Amino acid sequence: MTVTESEQLAYVAAKAADARVNVELETDDGMTLNIGPQHPATHGTLRIVAKLDGEQVLWVEPIMGYMHRGYEKLVEVRTYPQITTLVNRIDWLAASCNEVPFILAAEQLMGVEAPLRAQYLRTIFHEMGRIAHLTMFLGDMGVQIGALTPMFYAMRDREFVLNQTESVSGGRFHPNFNRIGGLKDDIPKGWLDETIRIMRKMEAFCDQMEELLLGNEIFEQRTRGIGIIPAEIAQQYGLTGANLRASGVDWDLRRDVDSPMAWKHADFDVITHTDGDCYARTWVRLQETREACKIVTQLCEDLPAGPIMAKVPRIIKVPAGEAYVATENPLGEMGYYVVSQGDLGPFRVKIRTASFHNISIVPWVLRGVYVPDIISILGSLYFILGDIDR
Amino acid sequence: MGLVESGKLPKPLTQLLNTSRKYSLWMYQWGLACCAIEMAAAMAGPRFDIMRLGVIPLPASPRQSDLLCVSGTVTDKMVPAVRRLWEQMPDPKYVISMGSCANCGGPYWDSYSVTKGVDQVIPVDVYVPGCPPRPEALLEGVVLLQERIQNEDMADKWRGDPIVVS
Repeated sequence: MTVTESEQLAYVAAKAADARVNVELETDDGMTLNIGPQHPATHGTLRIVAKLDGEQVLWVEPIMGYMHRGYEKLVEVRTYPQITTLVNRIDWLAASCNEVPFILAAEQLMGVEAPLRAQYLRTIFHEMGRIAHLTMFLGDMGVQIGALTPMFYAMRDREFVLNQTESVSGGRFHPNFNRIGGLKDDIPKGWLDETIRIMRKMEAFCDQMEELLLGNEIFEQRTRGIGIIPAEIAQQYGLTGANLRASGVDWDLRRDVDSPMAWKHADFDVITHTDGDCYARTWVRLQETREACKIVTQLCEDLPAGPIMAKVPRIIKVPAGEAYVATENPLGEMGYYVVSQGDLGPFRVKIRTASFHNISIVPWVLRGVYVPDIISILGSLYFILGDIDR
Repeated sequence: MGLVESGKLPKPLTQLLNTSRKYSLWMYQWGLACCAIEMAAAMAGPRFDIMRLGVIPLPASPRQSDLLCVSGTVTDKMVPAVRRLWEQMPDPKYVISMGSCANCGGPYWDSYSVTKGVDQVIPVDVYVPGCPPRPEALLEGVVLLQERIQNEDMADKWRGDPIVVS
């Protein structure tokens, strides 16, 4: 390092000026409590400033941007295959779910459709990403409430799913396996049987979690009736995914939108719950893990033979046009609005991520709750900071 | 540790102190992005289990920790907090930079908001490359750091070159 200490400190001071937020510590009417940006309950780097009256929250303000990496600007200077690598890291727990909508948008502009086998495999990886994602949630939800044991179970069983992804793509959770027009490779021999076996294991994990976590009396007391979001409010704030379904709205892009993916060939239920509280959100996600296992098993059993790559030119140029494609991510609706002008890379991409809209309800839902409930509610709303800030 | 720093301690005693230091590293985990999940797998996952190396994760505060593991993308908005928490750690302290983003910016090398390497603000002892590195790579980084601590003469701690896990 050739930087002197005074230069370092000047750099840090300049950056601190950027990070300052106009929240003053006031003690006359209530107390200001700052949670984050480095706090285990904030899933990384969300910062929450709460104004308290005793144990009760008067108002909160979520402060984002600690994980802003400038995705929408970066994709303007990348080509389409390079962007696939980049968008893997938006929602890092379920990377293939981030690739799929972008690839579908580019394919829609090019007028290409992936072969049926590639569609099936894409859906399998999408659902396996969902399983890995929601497994992590179930472990993490326990940690938020104070139960450390579910985390060890979740970490143990998550490895099996990651191993399957790795044996196909070489990446544990950034597979980068989708290409415009299909997939990079075919699956290795014996992979399907192994996957079906692991899905049975994951279903057993769900049973275990249902007894260990959701059947726990302390867990129920900490989550039942806490952070209730009515259906109208959820729709007004633009909530999607399990948060919306836990409020009783039957809405799932996998079933409702006719995308070139294999969900229409699988038989699965859309899980809803009427309560809209923290328990309902956790319960819905647990049942969705089960449904995802069901989808993967069905698709592995009916996987058609055939090519995995459609005919696309070697150098991909996407014709001019605009397309918006959204799919159902583990967190909710994830969509890309791609504007192309016929170049190697897009002109502009707007990324619609689920977490950003999901945490917009935080000031509403946290008003009037008690301080320990902040953690339950944030944990059950479930956001990924990379997904919020991009 | 003042005696060690001045070099007045007999060598066997230095070795003994270094051995006890290297097997009780309290690791303050700074999980920022994707690497945080791999770090969590190394910490909480039964398959990797970083505790068998004598690294104790999840201290209550940086003031109780010896080792800072910066894992993930450090943005310019985050840098002051990283620096402040590093300053709160008591000496002797060590830093592991985990993942390409913390090493050099990684895939965001041309982004306007990402700090191109955490070593611009804090001195780094071990670089663990990968995007994200496997948990095993983090474990190897810890093992290499322990080797360094074992042979360390406190007087030239800050003159050492950083280790890169291959």
